[in-house]
Amino acid sequence: MKIAHCFLLALLIPVAQAQQPAPDVLVKSISEEVVAILKKDKDIQAGDSKKVVDLIETKVVPHFDFIRMTRIAMARNWRLASPEQQKVLADEFKTLLVRTYSTAISNYRDQQIDYKPLRAKLEDTEVTVRSEVKPSGSSQPVSIDYEMEKTPNGWKVYDVKVGGVSLVTTYRDTFAGEVREHGVDGLIKSLAAKNRQPERSKAGKT
Amino acid sequence: MAEVKRLCAALLLAGMSAGCATSGGNPADPLEPLNRVVFSFNDAADKAVIKPVARAYRAVLPGIVRTGVSNFFSNLEDIWISVNDVLQGKFQEGIDDLGRVLFNSTFGIAGIFDFASQLGFQKHNEDFGQTLGSWGVGSGAYLVLPILGPSTIRDGFGLLLDTQADLVFKIDGVPVHNSLYGTRAIANRANLLDASSVIEQAALDKYAFVRDAWLQRRRNLVYDGNPPREREDPDDEPTK
Repeated sequence: MKIAHCFLLALLIPVAQAQQPAPDVLVKSISEEVVAILKKDKDIQAGDSKKVVDLIETKVVPHFDFIRMTRIAMARNWRLASPEQQKVLADEFKTLLVRTYSTAISNYRDQQIDYKPLRAKLEDTEVTVRSEVKPSGSSQPVSIDYEMEKTPNGWKVYDVKVGGVSLVTTYRDTFAGEVREHGVDGLIKSLAAKNRQPERSKAGKT
Repeated sequence: MAEVKRLCAALLLAGMSAGCATSGGNPADPLEPLNRVVFSFNDAADKAVIKPVARAYRAVLPGIVRTGVSNFFSNLEDIWISVNDVLQGKFQEGIDDLGRVLFNSTFGIAGIFDFASQLGFQKHNEDFGQTLGSWGVGSGAYLVLPILGPSTIRDGFGLLLDTQADLVFKIDGVPVHNSLYGTRAIANRANLLDASSVIEQAALDKYAFVRDAWLQRRRNLVYDGNPPREREDPDDEPTK
């Protein structure tokens, strides 16, 4: 009986692993899917920011670990927050990042994206997927690196670095300052206020 | 003269009161109160003059012309970039960048076309501040320069030398030199219009966001894209 169990398990494990796409494959397929939709969708090209946000919510958000991102941005202040506050913080931070990401992606115009070969061992549980966006003209390509972790639900992104600038740690000082002056609730309030501001859909409208 | 003094005093005072309102926390930014004043001045100048002109520039000129203008200035920069490659001991890149200049200046018609990039000789990003960094000079305090924007003590010194080596400054005839300088500034700002709209959307506190992004970016550039991981603080990422 026991042997049969072990045998069954042994059979199951490789199947479970095989179902998770490799991190670099995952990033590439999601980006390509999103870019294809951006290029095709007439509403998005006309500046429909709501639609871009929806696109990000359905295609991109499921592959991000927002709790971990918020934890990194909060650093030591994470412990000051109650479990409820942590949940609200992660939700508000997620909204802010999704809106930021959709602003950035609305500016996308046919730039070429190159994916670098993944330098990782099979047993690694944290990897960096590197890519480069080549802008038009002679300016240097901009690196976009995805820090990813292996979870039971597949690989999840927990940081994005654009030209070496981390989307997450760049918020650390701002968050720490808010918490120092107005407490965790103060930070939640200012995040919520920021998220209520109207969307900046196109570069020209700021 | 007295007026300038009074203005400076007013700026300093404003800086101090701004500092009281938002006590800084970043050890890399001891000059935060003063920096915030210069930052808001720059931001106001950008909103009132620089950004509208850059936007008009982008609206009026077709992409291919704007790329040509950017390429022209970028080609002039490549000379000083190759000097900095060599100063940092990166001889192969120094030769490549000099090759870029020679190739683009001739076949690329005074640098208007960047054929070297298409042939696989990618542009590098170097300046004297990065060279100082690669020699082990720490960045020093964060510094917001009037109009020129984010910098540090080290990069400010670097910029002094970069300016001396700037070919646009060497051109005789003040009107030519000034109009070239202005065109370059506007072309550079136009290239950043998209990025600045992302920052507006992203930042809770624009000053702190720009500072922290800038400091990370410079560190990344000094290490040519592969900075060592910063000392891990056990409290940096609490597990619970």
